Amino acid sequence: MKNRSLVSIDDFTTGEILETLDLAEEFEKKPVQKLLEGKVISTLFFEPSTRTRLSFESAINRLGGKIVGFTDSNTSSVSKGETLHDTIKMVSSYSDLIVMRHSIEGSARYASEIASVPVINAGDGANQHPTQTMLDLYSIRKTQGTLDNLNIFMVGDLKYGRTVHSLMMAMSRWNTTFNFIAPEELKMPDELKLYLENLGLKYYEHSDFTDIISRADIIYMTRVQKERFSDPIEYEKVKNVYVLRNSMLKYTKPSMRILHPLPRVNEIDPDVDSNPKAYYFEQALNGVFTRQAVLCKLLGIK
Amino acid sequence: MKEPKQLSVSAIENGTVIDHIPAKSLFKVIQILGLDRFDNQITFGTNLESKKLGKKAIVKISGKFFEDADINRIALVAPDAKLNIIKDYEVVEKKVVEVPDHITGIVKCMNPKCITNYEHVKTKFRIISKKNVSLRCHYCEKITSQENFKII
Repeated sequence: MKNRSLVSIDDFTTGEILETLDLAEEFEKKPVQKLLEGKVISTLFFEPSTRTRLSFESAINRLGGKIVGFTDSNTSSVSKGETLHDTIKMVSSYSDLIVMRHSIEGSARYASEIASVPVINAGDGANQHPTQTMLDLYSIRKTQGTLDNLNIFMVGDLKYGRTVHSLMMAMSRWNTTFNFIAPEELKMPDELKLYLENLGLKYYEHSDFTDIISRADIIYMTRVQKERFSDPIEYEKVKNVYVLRNSMLKYTKPSMRILHPLPRVNEIDPDVDSNPKAYYFEQALNGVFTRQAVLCKLLGIK
Repeated sequence: MKEPKQLSVSAIENGTVIDHIPAKSLFKVIQILGLDRFDNQITFGTNLESKKLGKKAIVKISGKFFEDADINRIALVAPDAKLNIIKDYEVVEKKVVEVPDHITGIVKCMNPKCITNYEHVKTKFRIISKKNVSLRCHYCEKITSQENFKII
């Protein structure tokens, strides 16, 4: 994987994903390892994102690397009208690897073609955010002991949710059964369902949490945003349907875990937080280990 | 009264005839092949009757023989087009166009948030359906389908 970029989770083969997850496990056991000593990593956040940036910076710091970059394009040369092309050209001569987040879709793929060093996509608009997918896979494998033959419930905004699309595509490599629970307006797009059909994978669609919740191995919650609805009345009708409460977890499997890409608003009731099946805060921590692993893999260290 | 038997678009001595172009795609074909910049003699016919296409168009270009790679570009808008290579008023070769697997340039990505619509980046697509041609953008990964093709 040395000198390759990670723009979309599909850039990695199944073997490469598993290797990365194995390495992340090592970092979980021993988070501080000075493997990036003497390396400079650029973190270019053309669009602010506190959570992802802190997770990357924490990963780089624990590996002993140095960071250059900006956290907002208003404070960079972009505000003077510099093209992405020129910014990336310049930055790739200053650093050993580029982590970038940009609101324009396809910007990371383009940057990876210009840069002389590896590029990690930390989110390009509504398109891809592969390290999020990697940490989701890590969390699923860690809590279930395997990625094979699981039953995954995806809940909430399945239409615009970038994380659920990437996770669905990635998990389709391991014979997953999917249950999609979403309001009519926010259903999983047809092209993604077609993708599963072509692979011969099973999926089921529901408009609310049904009694089949007991079959879930993973419940992946997402936020249903008011601004996604053209009709505010429709939002009012469904806004409480997609809220997970502790009382609903009574008949779920003991090994079932709840994931959420965070930030959460009200879709998981705080009464769930103390349930051992709530895993979303640990999930966020796993992001640091998986990003450590991705950084090392792309730099050819380990 | 007997109908006079004659060609709707007159014959050429040497060159290429592109037939079975959907009438609505004629001007896109002209644009893709850059015919508007040719010096050769070119004749067009459009809204001609066709059993298969409803209304078809035909283009005859004198003294011009295309490379396969060039001509396959029109497959995006005229996947059923047929080529007749004419020498000395005779058809010496017939060809069909083939939808390529990848295309560079030609079409704009329909996603307004795509990098190719912001910066000077040549569009690149993978063809994901050859029947009703649809393209997946190499950059933003969104799909542009035939109805939304805008030729660059």
